[in-house]
Amino acid sequence: MRFASGTDRHPGLNIHGRDPDAHRAAEPVIFGFWIFLMSDLVLFALLMATYASMSLHGIAGGPTPRQAGDLASAGVETALLLASSFTFSLTSLALKYRDDRRALVGWMALTGLLGLGFLGCEAKDFASLIGKGWAPELSGFLSAHFTLLGTHFLHVACGLAWMAVMFVQIAVRGLDQAVATRIMRLALFWHLLDVVWIGIVTLVFLQGSLS
Amino acid sequence: MNPRNIPPATRDDPARERRHSLLGLVSSALLTGAAFALVLAQPFARPVLLACIAALALVQIGCQLFFFLHIDLRRSHRDDLQLVLFTSLVIVLMVAGSMWILSSQHAMMG
Repeated sequence: MRFASGTDRHPGLNIHGRDPDAHRAAEPVIFGFWIFLMSDLVLFALLMATYASMSLHGIAGGPTPRQAGDLASAGVETALLLASSFTFSLTSLALKYRDDRRALVGWMALTGLLGLGFLGCEAKDFASLIGKGWAPELSGFLSAHFTLLGTHFLHVACGLAWMAVMFVQIAVRGLDQAVATRIMRLALFWHLLDVVWIGIVTLVFLQGSLS
Repeated sequence: MNPRNIPPATRDDPARERRHSLLGLVSSALLTGAAFALVLAQPFARPVLLACIAALALVQIGCQLFFFLHIDLRRSHRDDLQLVLFTSLVIVLMVAGSMWILSSQHAMMG
């Protein structure tokens, strides 16, 4: 039953034992955010379908997926994003179990740094593609490549901006109920970006280097 | 916000939940490592390799949904799980339909 007390009510870490009032308040907003995330997943799936089609039929004399994808760089990016997903789950645990906010802020700051590292690596990849003259307008394939990776890049950048806002709100308001549920939604957003990245790495970089 | 409010539920155990997160990290790292190793070593024919990396990705997505997003088969999670499954259905229809249309359009233009 969804409204039974002491049960998990929404995706992500549930804080029912820790803070029952916040838990009850969290259910509808987090379920709503989960619906948004699912629609985001549809967006990414269609960008991946476009990419798959363009990587077969949209080369137009430009680079192939194998030439455009840097497998070593993708490995580093995957490690950074996976590590950041893990540190965010430690952030959620700090939110649930610890009264001192130092642990929470520390883990979230580390998550942010890993996210920044990820963005730096991707920006370097984009710059190196454009440096070779492989800009998005060169072929349908490159348009799809930049659109798919760029959309994910922007999502991660939004996650970092959200984190920055959370640091300010924690400092100004403390860890009240509203701030806590915002951090829980950010956790879902961040973990799902890593799930999307698994799909991107497999389709763009792993599949690309086999083509 | 009082720690004494914590009921003696077994799932609300910090050590256990930390282990849960760690399992998410380790399983994802192993699955990613396996996929990269397959692509670098290329021990099989290409179709087999493609099937392997797709399967590894699906398993890893399942692991992350379970360990990081806490989606599972518990009754209280049914709505969330149903939403994931419905989204998957929409994605399969839209992606398969788009690929079909785009590839037959390509075939007719070529």
